[in-house]
Amino acid sequence: MTVKVRFFAVLRERTGVSSTVLTFEGSPSVHEAWQLLQQQYPVLGPFSECVTFAVNREYVNQHHRLHDGDELALIPPVSGGCDREVQ
Amino acid sequence: MEQTRLVARILHNPIDLGEMLAMVSDPSCGATVLFVGSTRDHNEGRQVLELYYEAYEEMARKEMERIAQSALAQWNLGKIAVAHRLGHVPLGEASVAVAVSAPHRSEAFTAARYVIDELKKTVPIWKKEVFEGGQVWIGLQSGSGGPK
Repeated sequence: MTVKVRFFAVLRERTGVSSTVLTFEGSPSVHEAWQLLQQQYPVLGPFSECVTFAVNREYVNQHHRLHDGDELALIPPVSGGCDREVQ
Repeated sequence: MEQTRLVARILHNPIDLGEMLAMVSDPSCGATVLFVGSTRDHNEGRQVLELYYEAYEEMARKEMERIAQSALAQWNLGKIAVAHRLGHVPLGEASVAVAVSAPHRSEAFTAARYVIDELKKTVPIWKKEVFEGGQVWIGLQSGSGGPK
């Protein structure tokens, strides 16, 4: 199955991409997709504590299961914490 | 149908405030409140030189509609229009506007306040502040909170 991933704002600038496609066997959780994304884009690591997720335009938690054709959006930090980093 | 009572827009050009008022005009309403958020030339002690807004557009519009819908369900209102501008917004220009009409002013003020506060909590829009010596991405949220 494949999932489209979208990056915004600071995450788009750090990774240099606005979207990518992940391929999985089975039905991974959002957390598992995030782990894989961190392997592909190590610059995402520092954002683990403050990134939130949306699937098909609804906020979800990390336990949410992904399905074929889903759109996973990485919602960059929106308050306090890492979003204060100066580039 | 509630949908005809609300308009949520993401714009890539200036927000037309006259149009915002016209969109909520309603003969049954004796009060209209227009909130305008504009870009500020300073933040946290820094002189701001440029501001850019970016959104997850499809979701941002949907969240804006959800919030307006929720306001319509809570108070006796006429119509609601919400708009957010994206891209480079020159200092002093409107980046966000909320217009609410209601039969009476109390509901109009309360609902306008609710819509702008909720918008800043959950709508996926970010701003990039460029200041002397650097730049930073900031969520619309200024305090605690944020998406669940």
